[in-house]
Amino acid sequence: MSTLAVHDHGVAHHDEHGHEHHKETFVSKYIFSMDHKMIAKQFLITGITMAVIAMILSILFRIQLAYPDKTFPLLTTLLGHFAPNGRISTEFYLSLVTIHGTIMVFFVLTAGLSGTFANLLIPLQVGARDMASPFMNMLSYWFFFLASVVMLSSFFVQKGPASGGWTIYPPLSALPKAMPGSGEGMTLWLISMVLFVASSLMGGINYVSTILNMRTKGMDLWKMPLTIWALFLTAILGILAFPVLVAGVVLLIFDRSFGTSFYLSDIVLNGVAQPYEGGSPILFQHLFWFLGHPEVYIVIMPAMGISSEVMSVNSRKPIFGYHAMVYSLIGITVLSFIVWGHHMFVTGMNPFLGGVFMITTLIIAVPSAVKTFNWLATLWRGNIRFTPAMLFAIGMVSFFISGGLTGIFLGNAALDINLHDTYFVVAHFHLVMGSAAIFGMLAGVYHWFPKMFCKMMDEKLGYLHFWLTFIGAYLVFFPMHFMGLDGVPRRYYAFTEFASMQKWLTINTFITWAAIMAALAQVAFLYNFITSIFAGKKATQNPWESNTLEWTTPVEHIHGNWPGEIPTVYRWPYDYSKPGAEEDFIPQTVPYSQTMSSNLPHDFEDNPAGLEALTKYNSTLKAEEKVK
Amino acid sequence: MAFKKLINSKFILSFFAAFMLLGTNLLMAQTAATAAGTGDEAPQVDWTGVAYYVLIFFLICLGVAVIGKILKIYDLSLKIQGKKGLKWNNVMGTICLVFLIAGLYGAYWSFTVQGSMTLPEAASIHGVKVDEMFTVTTVLTMFVFFVTQILLFTFLFKYRHSDKRRAHFLPHDNTIEKVWTIVPAVVLTILVVFGFFTWQSIMDTHQVKGDINIDITGHQFAWELRYPGKDGKLGPKSFKLVTGSNKLGVDFKKKSSFDDLSADTMYLPVNKPVRLNIEAQDVIHSVYMPHFRVQLNAVPGLPTVFRFTPTITTAKMRTDLNDPTFEYLVYCNKICGGGHYNMQKIVRVVSEAEYQTWLSHQKPYLSDALKKELHFADAESPKTVSQNRLALNN
Repeated sequence: MSTLAVHDHGVAHHDEHGHEHHKETFVSKYIFSMDHKMIAKQFLITGITMAVIAMILSILFRIQLAYPDKTFPLLTTLLGHFAPNGRISTEFYLSLVTIHGTIMVFFVLTAGLSGTFANLLIPLQVGARDMASPFMNMLSYWFFFLASVVMLSSFFVQKGPASGGWTIYPPLSALPKAMPGSGEGMTLWLISMVLFVASSLMGGINYVSTILNMRTKGMDLWKMPLTIWALFLTAILGILAFPVLVAGVVLLIFDRSFGTSFYLSDIVLNGVAQPYEGGSPILFQHLFWFLGHPEVYIVIMPAMGISSEVMSVNSRKPIFGYHAMVYSLIGITVLSFIVWGHHMFVTGMNPFLGGVFMITTLIIAVPSAVKTFNWLATLWRGNIRFTPAMLFAIGMVSFFISGGLTGIFLGNAALDINLHDTYFVVAHFHLVMGSAAIFGMLAGVYHWFPKMFCKMMDEKLGYLHFWLTFIGAYLVFFPMHFMGLDGVPRRYYAFTEFASMQKWLTINTFITWAAIMAALAQVAFLYNFITSIFAGKKATQNPWESNTLEWTTPVEHIHGNWPGEIPTVYRWPYDYSKPGAEEDFIPQTVPYSQTMSSNLPHDFEDNPAGLEALTKYNSTLKAEEKVK
Repeated sequence: MAFKKLINSKFILSFFAAFMLLGTNLLMAQTAATAAGTGDEAPQVDWTGVAYYVLIFFLICLGVAVIGKILKIYDLSLKIQGKKGLKWNNVMGTICLVFLIAGLYGAYWSFTVQGSMTLPEAASIHGVKVDEMFTVTTVLTMFVFFVTQILLFTFLFKYRHSDKRRAHFLPHDNTIEKVWTIVPAVVLTILVVFGFFTWQSIMDTHQVKGDINIDITGHQFAWELRYPGKDGKLGPKSFKLVTGSNKLGVDFKKKSSFDDLSADTMYLPVNKPVRLNIEAQDVIHSVYMPHFRVQLNAVPGLPTVFRFTPTITTAKMRTDLNDPTFEYLVYCNKICGGGHYNMQKIVRVVSEAEYQTWLSHQKPYLSDALKKELHFADAESPKTVSQNRLALNN
């Protein structure tokens, strides 16, 4: 009943708005917009901008790794005192890796991915006029925007941005004297992160309440597309995990600025004993990874949801094991809270605790394996259309397999002793987060671009973009595993100081050029993205012949999404290529009564009246055949 | 119309952009040159080089645009002839297959060539167990890796779109679902059980009689070593006692501190268990000795211990690897500041006899400067007084 009431309100709201349309100004439409579709676009474009910045940072430090002995005067021109004499300084190198990691994990793959697709898809796919709280939604974006500005502003302070790694372990991050980046740069990092978490929480609460309360008639939980399931569980993870990061960050701010000793103890700096006593650096690591591990699932789950949806649509086949897919997402969600210790096997944490975390960590591989096999089964005997979105979804699966399998090594405490903090780890999380999650995001961009901008993207440029990026990412990250197996530590400014690492210098150069190629391939995407917004082919209402609700809205955006009543949902979203149906897809809004020829007994498991009608229909059909 | 075409032409636009860029670069090169001429010896930017790379990129873009146009024209001409046009689904399906074959070869190449560049066999007892686990895990995961990737890309090729066909409607199959839940679960259980017990045995750091205790302390950006003296015990430390000559803050109120030795290189006798007592002074560091499969963080305020037994001497490793300059090393493996990338210490594994001679040549930690600082009597007066003082302390 309550759901119905909300809808009625929505309708009233919409009608009221219809009269006000001429009053919409540029500011209220494009800047302080409360329309979820516009906010989604704001998140996307900010996310892409941040991604490009973080990618450029990565190319800068890749150049340093490839040519540790060469000077590039251009770098001095561009970076000033951060790169004296044409070489990036050691401290600025660490700043680059830190900010690259922070931006990619939080600003691109959390806000850019969840923010974009949760805002766009939740109201459209569950059948709601807008988010539960459009105002809070707008605030969520602007907090995110502010956080981005604060984060980037740290490049303009004298001592440079934070440089203790994206995990900002104290005491390195807590002692301004320990390194230049732990000064004002670190303060800005912490401020930015608090703003970011505020944004993420406002978004997350909105997503959860919209999904739970504002689904259209007939849209029960088991009829929701997997994207919505993934975004729903992601939002829950974020709501439960992010506050812990704030707690950790606030304590760190206290340690830095007010002389407390939450994380500090027994410290001697430059030969002088510091007055800190009784704290524990490990406490911060627990707080950080209690967020940090769910965070990696916050990053990957929306990508999984998007890929499931895109692969089902483009294989023209129902997703295999819909229920198993949902249960494995739920399993990942629950388990992700009890595995954080696997980041801390060798930190000096009690070894027994390490053993326990190892068990929980390897358990989480089971739902991940189930998802992979289900994707493969979805492709099996499909009728695969290679749209760019489909290619990126497939790339996501390929990367997820490769990166997921190396996780089995790292989740094993005994093996982690030698692999911890080496390039093996870098390769693992770049495949599984950096590549798989980004590919999920790009699949989403290509797939829902027509819904966002009412235009189509160019397919051929999409193909070019996909293959260059896909091959580039493998060329970059595959060799890194072997560097890790040779015991090459991450976050090393140069490999020149160790005789044993010099054999990897040529491979470093190769990796850098592969990275440059992959980075330049993004130009194809940016060109395609920007020109298609303005000059792309006009989109049709349902360009991919998809079943979900968002494709029943008119091409041109309207406030409230649907003119008139919100459509009612009758079936699950994956009735593709159903035998007996006229087309190879049956949208969710088509009632079973209109598709008698394709109905299956399975469709009426909880609907005895429907089943009866079906048996009757089938028996009459048989009788007719007999007559013939 | 023609004029509009001219403006819309990508060729003209790209050439225009390229020339503009070249122009600005030339301009900037001039200003840079004058700046360099008047100012100090700041490194000069080679703008023509930059322009060269930018131009190459634009030429590539141009090439891509040309190929795109040709494909479009070809596609249109096919359609004009009444054919179906380019079948992109077939093209992509074929590329998937090509990628699979090239990728398999690439993976094979990487495994053989780069795989042979990885660490040599473990030089410690527990390291052998770690390596066994590694081999088992590699075999299992690589089997899954190759099977799933091959299935993925062959499915893409085999089931590429065709208008004549419909996909097979298969929403679920609970039997197969159960199979691929239970099989990974069982395999992972085996790995977990082995891993758990290996981990527990490695991490059992209880002191056994005869263990050599070595103190390794990290600070920005070096490691400090301290060996126990004849009593086999390391004296206690406190960060509050750190001074210029007592870098580790060893507490000389305790008798066990007096015979401690300081060392520059970590010598270890072969086949004898070693307990590394690890701590850091300023920020977190990590003691990483990859050849021994040893790693544990050095945390300020939280002493940690790693117990292991080296099994291969440096000399034997040199002959095995055919590398006369080979040295075992300790690296720092936790980001600790600007010098993180060069925080190493040489480790030498030697025979017991060599170890004892080396040990006898090491200087006591209690140096003359430190004695003076602590106002130890023996720095200026006869030994008897010093012994009295010792007795007092006890």
